[in-house]
Amino acid sequence: MAQAEVSIKPTELQGGHGHPDKWKWYDYFTFNVDHKVIGIQYLVTSFLFYLVGGFMAVLMRTELATPDSDFLSPDLYNAFLTNHGTIMIFLWIVPAAIGGFGNYLIPLMIGARDMAFPKLNAIAFWLNPPAGALLAASFFFGGGAQAGWTSYPPLSEITANLPQTLWCAALVMVGTSSILGSVNFLVTIWKMRVPSMKWDQMPLFCWAMVATSILALFATPVLAAALILLIFDINFGTSFFKPDAGGNVVVYQHLFWFYSHPAVYLMILPIFGIMSEVIPVHARKPIFGYKAIAYSSLTICLVGLFVWVHHMFTSGTAPWMRIFFTISTLIVAVPTGVKIFSWVATLWGGKIRYTTAMLFAVGLLSMFVFGGLSGVTLGAAPFDIHVHDTYYVVGHFHYVLFGGSVFGIYSGIYHWFPKMTGRMLNEPLGKVHFVLTFIGTILTFTPMHSLGMQGMPRRVAMYDPQFADLNQLVTIGSYVLAVSVIPFYINVIWSWMAGKEAGPNPWNAMTMEWTTDSPPMIENWEVLPVLTHGPYEYGMDKADQVGPAGEPVATTRP
Amino acid sequence: MKQIPAPFWTLVLGIAVTLISLWVGQNHNLLPIQASEQAPLVDDLFDVMVTIGTALFIVVQGAIIYSMVRFRQRKGDETDGLPIEGNLPLEAFWTAIPSIIVVGLGLYSVVVFQEMGGFSPGGHHGHGTMVAMAPQQSVIDVAPLLAQVGEGESADVYSRTQVYGFGASPLMQLNQPDVTVNVTGMQYAWIFNYPDTGIIDGELHVPVGKDVQLLIEAKDVIHSFWVPQFRLKQDALPGEPAELRFVATREGTYPVVCAELCGAYHGGMRTQVIVHSPEEYADWVASRVAEASSTTAVAQTLASPTSAEYLAAIAPDLATSPVQIAQMNHAQMDHGLSGVSMDR
Ligand code: HEM
Ligand SMILES: [Cu+2]
Ligand SMILES: [Cu+2]
Repeated sequence: MAQAEVSIKPTELQGGHGHPDKWKWYDYFTFNVDHKVIGIQYLVTSFLFYLVGGFMAVLMRTELATPDSDFLSPDLYNAFLTNHGTIMIFLWIVPAAIGGFGNYLIPLMIGARDMAFPKLNAIAFWLNPPAGALLAASFFFGGGAQAGWTSYPPLSEITANLPQTLWCAALVMVGTSSILGSVNFLVTIWKMRVPSMKWDQMPLFCWAMVATSILALFATPVLAAALILLIFDINFGTSFFKPDAGGNVVVYQHLFWFYSHPAVYLMILPIFGIMSEVIPVHARKPIFGYKAIAYSSLTICLVGLFVWVHHMFTSGTAPWMRIFFTISTLIVAVPTGVKIFSWVATLWGGKIRYTTAMLFAVGLLSMFVFGGLSGVTLGAAPFDIHVHDTYYVVGHFHYVLFGGSVFGIYSGIYHWFPKMTGRMLNEPLGKVHFVLTFIGTILTFTPMHSLGMQGMPRRVAMYDPQFADLNQLVTIGSYVLAVSVIPFYINVIWSWMAGKEAGPNPWNAMTMEWTTDSPPMIENWEVLPVLTHGPYEYGMDKADQVGPAGEPVATTRP
Repeated sequence: MKQIPAPFWTLVLGIAVTLISLWVGQNHNLLPIQASEQAPLVDDLFDVMVTIGTALFIVVQGAIIYSMVRFRQRKGDETDGLPIEGNLPLEAFWTAIPSIIVVGLGLYSVVVFQEMGGFSPGGHHGHGTMVAMAPQQSVIDVAPLLAQVGEGESADVYSRTQVYGFGASPLMQLNQPDVTVNVTGMQYAWIFNYPDTGIIDGELHVPVGKDVQLLIEAKDVIHSFWVPQFRLKQDALPGEPAELRFVATREGTYPVVCAELCGAYHGGMRTQVIVHSPEEYADWVASRVAEASSTTAVAQTLASPTSAEYLAAIAPDLATSPVQIAQMNHAQMDHGLSGVSMDR
């Protein structure tokens, strides 16, 4: 990536003439095959599900404001617990991070007109709304699944059978969607890059999506298998997981976690990709250690397939397994650390813009350091045995999922909203959103670690009164988080309708999506761009900070 | 990078970070009191991780905050930052250091795990073990019978079933446990069954300083037996026996918590473990045996007592449906346990 000159060569940039019409609003409600429409469909639906999942969380926290079970019935509490987790993972973070950003950005970043299999792509999206409907139905036909998002048998086989079956069906659908999407991403990235783009000129988000897709392809079928066996056990009298009829309950856990540990990386790898895009642009510096970041995604993907038993250290797990998976889990921390250090090094020596996108990215960095460190402690089996299935684990995974994935989605929205809609989000409102979210996250999820170590198990609707004080603090924090989304949703709705015009490249960024209109025309470019520089060559040419001669696009402010 | 501070300041900062981390590692006060021989082992491991974690946390957060302040965009400056694309020695450094740390932690974990008895669950010396293998049989009668069966037979039982959890610590490997208790989890209560004496109770009583072996199983769904002050947890799995072996080191009353979601009243599935002095324990056993002799008739006629029957035998006048049990537990924890000091 030595040549510094930018000369992306789209012939028709000033837009307007000659390209097909824009989509109308109602096109977004149809079976549309344009990757940008699909991306926005994913994002909008997932942001709606986010509200539903968040609503359940607030109700649960209200119950937990006092030690007694006095607000929700315990069954309803468990139904909310189960569906909160399920929705947040399968209908919020996964579809937003993978389906939303992946679909919207990948073709634009690699200079393709669409995904490799547009119809498949639309089918993958349209599997999601019915999955949500199945979960909703599960509440009307028997009060919702109540066995946790992990749905361990035998509990899941003897509690709320019909809702549990609907729950399994919903997950099989989103799993199928995820498989279809992954095939699409891999083929698109492999085959459809503009010819001028070499592998090491590909934006790091695309590398992250390669790793994500490989992981999803290996792991998701195993989840589907587990769930289908569960459906059979519940409804058709088989006994795969029924101990009194020769079945084995631990086998389910292996199948489940063989998918669900990689699933946690499905939720963070795309976010890592977003980080690698946002930070260089707003720090005005090349990404530090391109290769290290790209390969560490692949390393995480590989090692991440061999750590799942760390979720089962206290289960029916043989001693050698506890040791093997302790070591493998600790090893994952190394490539994760490499990424963190590389981003910090990218900040170092930059000219950091305090945009909301950047604040969320740096906030994520800060949160993730803590979540990663608590993850390492959990990886060590002797300590995990004490805190497994306690609030310590709840604290850990919210630090990485809320402080990590959700912060990353926010950051990505503030960064690419101008591209998606042609309008800027309101920055002051964005900063209010950031401050509330940051404070709320710390208040809500930090005390949980202490609660868990002191003796509070997770997934309880009632608890020992000695834990009341910290729980109240957590509940207050969760209300702060609930309030924090208000400025965000107002900002999005208002800016989408009436925000400041963004122009093609409001951040002066160098990746290819910024070379076309905002929002891009239907086939992205009239003539495909040619790439002659890497994605992050900021500050390479001191003589010409405003952009290479003759090319008004890639590095010029509008 | 000209911003790298002078070596002197690096040294000062390094020492400061080290001292702070060491201090935090020793004084975080995050864990409850230690009441088993395993607890200090686990806590030492955690302290080491907190120490290293604090150091990394301060360094990384410090670098983030420093960059955000020092390298913020100044007014009117629209230029880009330094075009640094990487630095191989630096990258090798921050790959190598964490690698060394995690390998070290891994080895340390193995050592702790071994000292905790992690490599020997199901070691075939506990006579009660076979009771757990044969839960269908009358618990009270069978234990002494099986204890007389030769070692060869018991090894046979073992070759058929894998036992999970923690066994004897390396030093105790050859000893018989002093006390064996069969622990059964069910929605939403723990049943503690002492095969040697026939005592059945809803609370766990153990003598301090003695080698105690719990054989843990579940009747209905998965539960998880956890005593935070012992730092020990083991899932109670239907159909998969597990063992927890420990020496309680401190007299007192500690919570026994179910840690695995087991249904609506999972949060209420709590009881306590009472660590007695040896004399107190002997008294407790004697009083319970005397009490039990009046109810033995009932217990012995039950070939396979169900959980409800267990409870009925202990407290015939108490409610026995799961929900009622839960409410009973619940009431107990509101009015009983909240009164009990958790000894932290
Ligand atoms: C340094 C990296 C990480 C390490 C070493 C690590 C380690 C662990 C371990 C050992 C557990 C099991 C704890 C237990 O149940 O006892 C766990 C739980 C969990 N982790 Fe992480 N983790 C890391 C990063 C992440 C990331 C990036 C995510 C997702 C964005 C994540 C999400 C979760 C979730 C969701 C659970 C709980 C699942 C459940 O039981 O419901 N972790 N982590
Ligand atoms: Cu995991
Ligand atoms: Cu439970």
